[in-house]
Amino acid sequence: MMKEKAQILDAQGIQRALTRIAHEIIERNKGTENLVLIGIRRRGVPLANRLAEKIRQIEGTSVEVGILDITLYRDDLTTLAYHPVVHRTEINFPVKDKIIVLVDDVIYTGRTIRAALDALIDLGRPEVIQLAALIDRGHRELPIRADYIGKNVPTSRKEEVSVRLNETDGEEKVIILESIE
Amino acid sequence: MSLNSKDLLGIRELTVEEINLILDTATPMKDILKRKIKKVPTLRGRTIVTFFYEPSTRTRSSFDLAAKYLSADTIAISPSTSSVVKGESLKDTALTIEAMGANIIIIRHSAAGSPHLLAKTVRASVINAGDGTHEHPTQALLDMYTIREKKGTLKGLKVAILGDILHSRVARSNIWGLTKMGAEVRVTGPATLMPAEIEKLGVKVYMSVEEALEGVDVINVLRIQLERQQQGLFPSIREYARLFGLNKQRLALARPDALVLHPGPMNRGVEIAPEIADGTQSVIVEQVTNGVAIRMALLYLLSGEEDSNEITG
Repeated sequence: MMKEKAQILDAQGIQRALTRIAHEIIERNKGTENLVLIGIRRRGVPLANRLAEKIRQIEGTSVEVGILDITLYRDDLTTLAYHPVVHRTEINFPVKDKIIVLVDDVIYTGRTIRAALDALIDLGRPEVIQLAALIDRGHRELPIRADYIGKNVPTSRKEEVSVRLNETDGEEKVIILESIE
Repeated sequence: MSLNSKDLLGIRELTVEEINLILDTATPMKDILKRKIKKVPTLRGRTIVTFFYEPSTRTRSSFDLAAKYLSADTIAISPSTSSVVKGESLKDTALTIEAMGANIIIIRHSAAGSPHLLAKTVRASVINAGDGTHEHPTQALLDMYTIREKKGTLKGLKVAILGDILHSRVARSNIWGLTKMGAEVRVTGPATLMPAEIEKLGVKVYMSVEEALEGVDVINVLRIQLERQQQGLFPSIREYARLFGLNKQRLALARPDALVLHPGPMNRGVEIAPEIADGTQSVIVEQVTNGVAIRMALLYLLSGEEDSNEITG
């Protein structure tokens, strides 16, 4: 059983974090030329769409958004009794020579991102891959870091960070859950 | 989500949920086939053995490619080049293959039930790639996938299966699968090639091909197994083509958007007219592509941790 320990962000906090990330993306890449956003299933997808909308509001240009499913690239499949359901990867544009911003809700061990990098590179050779995460909770097991972070949240490994978005969960907040024995 | 058994032995044992899971998993697999780099690392380190006692081009190479696209290692064993010629039993051969580290064994055998025997013997997953005249589950799954892809659903569709129902494992697997998924299945062909009491499987039997094809959404044309026609179950190839072959006139009885399927290899001009095989309603070539996707889906779904699967029997 998990119970809510603390709320890290409310709806407004998520909004502000995404607005700031959108500005940082535009600034670092000096505009939106060749820029695309790719959301990692599942909650990276609505976040990528929201970032694209914010970029459109700020810059007046629209950037394409793709969806990446990393199930077939996971490195733990051989140890799982039940395999996760595979969904489609929907990237309807060439990734070759693109500046890709990979978007996910939480960055933790780094293994999801490693799988995502493998999956992306199989689709072509992007010019650059950058990483945006709403929450960085630490505990990396691989040498991976995010380029854009909404909020750094030091956590214990016993805790869980839960990002709830309107599109996927019908509510809008980020909370820390802890297990109660 | 996962399949209920470590093996895929037949369509008959599958639930509607399992069939849907396999068909749904095949869609992202098909996306991989469209890519320039047709390879994902999913089954790295797994060994898959194809063990075919009967000749086959498409099923065997389809499984082989499916395994390779998922990064598994594959080996093919043929009875003519293995110890089977020295009199080794199926069971012992299988145990040997497993002892070499095979995770999945794909078997085709002329004796119905061989995959079932094997599945009880080995811990590895067993996939039935055709056993006698009993079942050919992966063909039925790829047929269902192809129909669902084009029509959006299987439920409520009228499907006619035309030809040698008696000897056809494809027909049997299709009947079990399609009726389970809510389609109306009609079977038709020469009376001598119609199994007794086939209607007990929930199909409608038509002695007239014309009546059977009236208003159907799908026509699945079976291959006339020339190698099995020594017994004289119909007078001649020419007569079969004239009385039962799918030609333009007969196709016109079906719905205008009806799909034409054939498991291959085709006897052009016998069970199917060449212009229909190559025509706009034919999905025969797509069936082959979908076959690879379906087999990738199965290999993925059956490759869970072995220890979690209990051996029955």
